[in-house]
Amino acid sequence: MPRRNDLGMQTGGTTPHSPETVLPLISVQQVSKIYTLGEHRVTALNSISVSIHAGDFVAIMGPSGSGKSTFMNIIGCLDRPSSGTYYLNGQDVGTLSRDCLAEIRNKTIGFVFQGFNLLPRTTALENVELPLLYNGTPAHERRERALEALRVVGLGDRWHHYPNQLSGGQQQRVTIARAIVNNASIVLADEPTGNLDTKTSMEIMELFVRLNQTAGITIIVVTHEPDIAAYGRRLIRFLDGVIVGDEVKGVA
Amino acid sequence: MISVPVITRIAFRALRANTMRSGLTMLGIIIGVAAVIAMISIGAGARQRVANEVASMGSNLLIVVSGSTSSGGARMGAGSDPTLTIADAEAILRECPAVIDVAPLQSGTAQVVYGNQNWSTVVMGTTPSILNIREWRVASGKPFTDQDERHANKVCLMGATVAEKLFGAFDPVGQVVRIKKIPFTVIGVLERKGQTLTGQDQDDIIYVPITTAQKKLFRALFPGMIQFMMVKAVSTEALEDAQEQITALLRQRHRIGSGQENDFTVRNLTQMMQTAITIARVMTVLLGAIASISLLVGGIGIMNIMLVSVTERTREIGIRIAVGAKTWDIRLQFIMEALTLSLVGGCIGIVLGSIGSVAVAHAFHLPSGISPLGVLISFGFAAAVGVFFGFYPAYKASLLNPIEALRYE
Repeated sequence: MPRRNDLGMQTGGTTPHSPETVLPLISVQQVSKIYTLGEHRVTALNSISVSIHAGDFVAIMGPSGSGKSTFMNIIGCLDRPSSGTYYLNGQDVGTLSRDCLAEIRNKTIGFVFQGFNLLPRTTALENVELPLLYNGTPAHERRERALEALRVVGLGDRWHHYPNQLSGGQQQRVTIARAIVNNASIVLADEPTGNLDTKTSMEIMELFVRLNQTAGITIIVVTHEPDIAAYGRRLIRFLDGVIVGDEVKGVA
Repeated sequence: MISVPVITRIAFRALRANTMRSGLTMLGIIIGVAAVIAMISIGAGARQRVANEVASMGSNLLIVVSGSTSSGGARMGAGSDPTLTIADAEAILRECPAVIDVAPLQSGTAQVVYGNQNWSTVVMGTTPSILNIREWRVASGKPFTDQDERHANKVCLMGATVAEKLFGAFDPVGQVVRIKKIPFTVIGVLERKGQTLTGQDQDDIIYVPITTAQKKLFRALFPGMIQFMMVKAVSTEALEDAQEQITALLRQRHRIGSGQENDFTVRNLTQMMQTAITIARVMTVLLGAIASISLLVGGIGIMNIMLVSVTERTREIGIRIAVGAKTWDIRLQFIMEALTLSLVGGCIGIVLGSIGSVAVAHAFHLPSGISPLGVLISFGFAAAVGVFFGFYPAYKASLLNPIEALRYE
């Protein structure tokens, strides 16, 4: 994977909680998110602060409604905090326009969803090409890079299949290929194995580990299952909109 | 920004996914465009026909009709009391500078017989000037001359319809026909002029020298009395001058005191025809406007279906926004989809509308002509409808919240 190697420079030593001198990739400071549902005000995130360094592999756990999905949406630039600041690569993201956020998502963030979210009636190749359509990549390069991303996730020979012709595990691999096709430095996975059986789940997690170790891509995985969380080097626990646990394992 | 080939492909794929729905939506545009084209073409055809009519009447034409009789307060209508004379006609030609030619006319209906064939037709006594005034050429043979007129020769010029009825495919020139049992030699056959606007066959006519008509066929009350005359003005601009000059001259010649009514009428046929052309033009615009209402309704259909499509594909929109589609990427995608619907519909509509207008023109004997302008206008209109009615759904799509869109079932 020669294309990924340049990311390694950015990530440097993949040690979590590196010294203050290294700027964190993701830095969230006193971020709150409050939803107003009719008369009720629901505090989804209550002034949380957390930093994630480039090249880390973070698992996020917590019961439903604990704010972990809201957290993922904010760091994925799909949502803005109600208060507090979010620095991505040192840039204050909260002040950016909708289109600027779209550009950041396009260039630096890849999403992997529980429900895959592939376009129906569209081949695996074209699904993977999707992010490249929105940044002016020429057609031949789109195809080349999408094929390469599919090879990385082990689906090089299935590029012409439609989502309904692929198994759940294969579909999730297509999603992962789509997430990394634009050389994203962060992959956000929201319960990526929620719809998969144990064996396939393990395979998908192995793939994340491989992407993290060989390409230095920062991986953040939300999960309910301790087995899945165990793949991470760092485990953050959410409860009622606050972080209640943040532990780092010795060696992954 | 997303590239045009890409959004075009996305649009076609999305429309193919719902073939039936796309087809029905397109039908609105197809009917609208076809109607606009048909209406404009038919309108143009009608206008063309009026214009042809003007040309066949002869240009810059005035008709002077002798006055009406009044018996006990009931006026009998123009021409019922012959007040005009051949001398009037000659005076007009001599003294009115805006007039270039005059032909006196005396007409009546008569039965024409050749061999065992007979045909009832209009026989008009006139001078050789009539051919110049009506811009009518002789197809075979030759026109009659001043000499024929002076000697009241029994010669005639035959309209194409009469020639056909009496002689079939034979050339009548040199043959002798009997008009009111009087033998006339056919010296020429006129070119075919076709029907007038009111459906009269202009070729169902026979011209004879006016002197012959007055002496042999229709006995005038007084020698030299005629029913009407046709006058050619120098130019279209001179028509009104000619009208005034003729009126003044005839009032003087007929000794009509000021305050008394004219005993003749001058009709400006060219002006009447121009009015008819204007009416036809207004009709075209009106018909086109009515037809474009259906195009508008078709556009609303597109908007409706695009709104459904945006709702159905909320999740797809969410995915696209999540992976980096900007506001205008999403808008262009849906505008392109609406545009594709309207343009494909527009093309089919143009084909159907053209076929339709040719068929209608054929059925109503109008000069058929698919107006390229009409095609251009309706195509442009269809495109505008697509963009206009596609914009709101596209705008709605582009404002979707990606988080909610991704969660949409």
